[in-house]
Amino acid sequence: MCLAVPGKILSITGEDVLRSGSVSFGGINKQVNLAYVPEAKVGDYVIVHVGFAISIVDEAEAKQTFEYLKQMGDLEELGPAS
Amino acid sequence: MKYVDEYRDREAARNFARAIARITTRPWAIMEVCGGQTHSIVKFGIDELLPKEITLLHGPGCPVCVTPLELIDKATQIAARPEVIFCSFGDMLRVPGSSIDLFSVKAKSGDVRIVYSPTDALKIAQENPGKQVVFFAVGFETTAPANAMAVYQAKAQGLRNFSVLVSHVLVPPAIEAILSAPDNRTQGFLAAGHVCTVMGYEEYIPLAQKYHVPIVVTGFEPLDILQGIYMCVRQLEEGRAEVENQYLRAVRRKGNVPAQELVTKVFCVVPRKWRGVGEIPQSGLGLRHEYAEFDAEQRFGVAAYTAEEDSECISGEVLRGVKKPHECSAFGNRCTPEHPLGATMVSNEGACAAYYRYRRFEQRVAAATKSES
Repeated sequence: MCLAVPGKILSITGEDVLRSGSVSFGGINKQVNLAYVPEAKVGDYVIVHVGFAISIVDEAEAKQTFEYLKQMGDLEELGPAS
Repeated sequence: MKYVDEYRDREAARNFARAIARITTRPWAIMEVCGGQTHSIVKFGIDELLPKEITLLHGPGCPVCVTPLELIDKATQIAARPEVIFCSFGDMLRVPGSSIDLFSVKAKSGDVRIVYSPTDALKIAQENPGKQVVFFAVGFETTAPANAMAVYQAKAQGLRNFSVLVSHVLVPPAIEAILSAPDNRTQGFLAAGHVCTVMGYEEYIPLAQKYHVPIVVTGFEPLDILQGIYMCVRQLEEGRAEVENQYLRAVRRKGNVPAQELVTKVFCVVPRKWRGVGEIPQSGLGLRHEYAEFDAEQRFGVAAYTAEEDSECISGEVLRGVKKPHECSAFGNRCTPEHPLGATMVSNEGACAAYYRYRRFEQRVAAATKSES
């Protein structure tokens, strides 16, 4: 129910509560309300739930899961925790 | 798809599982409070990757499942009226009411329509001025901004033929209800990533402190969930009880402030009944007085209706993590997704339906055979 999917903003129209945009989800384009992400620009990835963008994906933070994993791997190479 | 596929990498998942096994020294029970996470865990077999000391409990994280029986009955009563076009998210249609579900109303010529967004319902109201259009506004905090926007725009446009049947619930009061129950087994939580995308996570800090439980805001893909579990186990092993954020790419500490502002403008916090759990104080949202004219319960005179729940269904215990789906005697025989007794078997995100769909049914049969022999 709280499913939300990341998509890339292709264009933006309208203002305030009617601010909306065309968003591409892996090649499928849908019209999405952008009122809740006033700072989002064309080219940004947004998290979309029931037709509303609720967050802008932070590209730098998106890498942290893989960095976390790499750090754990590095720790393992140092030997078992004592 | 970017930001999805890379979080499903098999080798990375195994590495996370190995890392969890390495830091685990004793049994821990961790609950996820989001049906999307429950579905991912069972679909990708995440629980089977984990060391046997870690038990995942599936909490009341599916708004479809926790919508009380009497509200489903109110929905079917309203939807059956000839002047009404009843709009709902698809997963509400098969939830059983006391006697019928919304699909049956549709089959008996009720005008019940599945919509993707509440703004679709608004559009239907604009296009059908001679009809009363009702939207079934269910959901957690994630969906509240969308539903609030539909009501806000209806008022701004002076739409008199639009109303909402509200069943909005909030996650933190449910977590508190679980933690304060005498039979609570949960030692750590994965908080729902998209709920926190809207609300932020500051409201979880007093809960973590009061009940001394770690709470990790977690995303939905397999690697997100495994990392969330790792972070939670590490806190448990180290005796810490903090709120941490795994889902950094989407969740900010304060959440989405413009969305919260509109939700607060349209809705206020009210007590809500949860299916299988009962009434939890201050656990839901209702329309503010200024928007009362859009309340479908008032408009169609069903506000006072009440209904009692089925006694055989153990969904309440499943939702609180006290029992697993296959511990129910009706599971897989008298209760299946085709003929559900309770809501955890209906929704794709319900724990019972997820267990049934991804073969956990066989485990129960195997366990039953073993205990008989």
